[in-house]
Amino acid sequence: MKKENRLAKRKRRNQKIAFGLFQFVSYSIVALLFIILAFIVIKGIGVISWEFISEMPKEGMTQGGIYPAIVGTLCLVLGSMLFAFPVGVLAAIYMNEYVKDGWPKRIIKQMTNNLAGVPSIVFGLFGMALFVNKLEFGDSLLAGSLTLGLLVLPVVIRTTEESLKAVEDTFRHASLALGATKWQTTSKVVLPIAFPNILTGLILSIGRVSGETAPILFTVAAYFLPKLPTSIFDQAMALPYHLYVISTSGTNIEASRAMAYGTALILIVIVLISNLLANALRKYFGRKVKMN
Amino acid sequence: MYFCGENKFTDLKTNFKQIKEKIIETILMLSSASTSITVVLIVFFLFIEGAGVFSKKPIEEGFLLAVHPSNSIQKLEPSQIKDIFDQKITNWSALGGKNEPIVLFRTEDITEYYTEEELGENFEHFPAKIDEYITKTPGVIAFFSDKYKAKDFHGKELDVNKISVFKFLSGEEWFPTAQPVAQMGVKPLILGTLWVSFGAILIALPIGLAAAIYLSEIARKRTRNILKPLIELLAGIPSVVYGFFGLVVIVPLVQDVFNLPVGETGLAGSIVLAIMALPTIITISEDAMSNTPRAMKEASLALGASQWQTIYKVVVPYSASGITAGAILGIGRAIGETMAVLMVTGNAAVIPNTLLAPVRTIPATIAAELGEAASGGMHYKALFALGCILFLITFCINMLVELVTNRKSHKKH
Repeated sequence: MKKENRLAKRKRRNQKIAFGLFQFVSYSIVALLFIILAFIVIKGIGVISWEFISEMPKEGMTQGGIYPAIVGTLCLVLGSMLFAFPVGVLAAIYMNEYVKDGWPKRIIKQMTNNLAGVPSIVFGLFGMALFVNKLEFGDSLLAGSLTLGLLVLPVVIRTTEESLKAVEDTFRHASLALGATKWQTTSKVVLPIAFPNILTGLILSIGRVSGETAPILFTVAAYFLPKLPTSIFDQAMALPYHLYVISTSGTNIEASRAMAYGTALILIVIVLISNLLANALRKYFGRKVKMN
Repeated sequence: MYFCGENKFTDLKTNFKQIKEKIIETILMLSSASTSITVVLIVFFLFIEGAGVFSKKPIEEGFLLAVHPSNSIQKLEPSQIKDIFDQKITNWSALGGKNEPIVLFRTEDITEYYTEEELGENFEHFPAKIDEYITKTPGVIAFFSDKYKAKDFHGKELDVNKISVFKFLSGEEWFPTAQPVAQMGVKPLILGTLWVSFGAILIALPIGLAAAIYLSEIARKRTRNILKPLIELLAGIPSVVYGFFGLVVIVPLVQDVFNLPVGETGLAGSIVLAIMALPTIITISEDAMSNTPRAMKEASLALGASQWQTIYKVVVPYSASGITAGAILGIGRAIGETMAVLMVTGNAAVIPNTLLAPVRTIPATIAAELGEAASGGMHYKALFALGCILFLITFCINMLVELVTNRKSHKKH
């Protein structure tokens, strides 16, 4: 009896220690997130001003603003999404609504997974070989946008597929039973229901694209270019590359540190906003669809 | 008649409808092929460019190596030539030639042997003098530009072996821009990549596993719904921001704690990569654990096991394949990560023997050097070959994950 008691006690003690440890580790990870965010916000907030986001860099990028980098990143986001969003959504529709289970679907799925696993620097190499050199776009917004577009294509396809899967089959059956064709069913019934979730995926992809550095290193990014791009064949500055440059190889690293914190803050804010927006949208529309 | 026409009209309409449906389906199919096409194109371009390393001589374009005509050596390995010019090999006998001390000669050395007058005002006698110098110095090895090669050149041109795939992988020196011959050994880079990645997974796996267990088995639903999106947010932070954070926080920290001359070390890289790999590991392992059948857990609890015993005797073994998949994907993410590593590891291309020294990874090498490598040159191609290696590694990792997760679904049925 006594021995059993001791055993039970030990069991309980072990469990308490283990659970406490796990809880501590989990909260530490979240704490780490807040430390990273707080660090950059506290150091960067002092730099942020209207001048910082609306002026050209000055004095070897130690003064002035990051206006051209912001515009460049916006152009890249827009360009890559113009390519990846339609292609990705159409691909997902085909995968989920049209093709039946079998080896073609398996191959497409496997290839999409493989593409998602390709390291971003390999996309950079590829973009340089194909778009910059072979197709002779040069270092340009076009080459960079296409490279980034290919990079997020698997993300768009996956999120869209998930949202299409979430649409209940009864909607499709009802539409088909009324004599609608497959495309009519897809475009008039399935897509409108899935749209909010697809939009969520789009916003998450925007967050991803705006932070990628390696794919644009050799396809579009300019070290220092105090003017805005005027055509899709122009080079451009971009926020993530700008942060890399001024924090490692700028003309005066110490003097441009403040600018680096500011740039990092802007980048983080973009990513955070896109994530929060996506979450909020998901929640909002999730409730609305259920209510109907 | 009227009836017939009506029929035809509807026929036409349904026909048109069908054609439209077909066109749309074709467009959809083409879109879904886009990822496959991209993968094929990536493989094609990477390997075409990368293979160039093995078909060209590693000597700088427009230059040549020449020896005395009586020298019996025909061909040398790139590494031997480097040793000669580094004066590690000083006698031809070490290379299987005559017992003759090696005399190094570079273009700029010519002024030591001939006066400016002898070379002519515009160096017009340059080729002749180089030729003369080579023929009168038995132990010479000369490295000079093609344009200084005399028309009736008497010296013997030395052939340089191409780089073999084996030499490329096992070579221990990475000096892609070295003169006279580039050294393209990627072993330090491969080992650097593996060291940093495994260091990262050693840190991230226990932490990630603990967090996954907490989220899936211990935490209340409300806590979980708050913590999980926050942890996933870690995956959304751009790698360049991690690199910057690592540079200003973790690098000095590592330097202070271990009292090192520089903080940019493999360890700093591993820590940053561990943070970046955490969301991947946690999300995937947590999913796997949540899939443990309730009946199994309850059976264990009914037998008198504590919750903790149930977790490590039932839940963890049951979701082992999911956890493995998470760990492998985490490694994959770490191996391919570029910017963060480039910014914090110090980038010294030496074979690592400790994580407390600067190391250099494959992605960081590509990112740092491609900008300077002349398009189409030897260096450029070598970087593409590195890209091939990286692609193959990540491709294998993806296949491995597929294998692991497929085995799990078989077991279920």
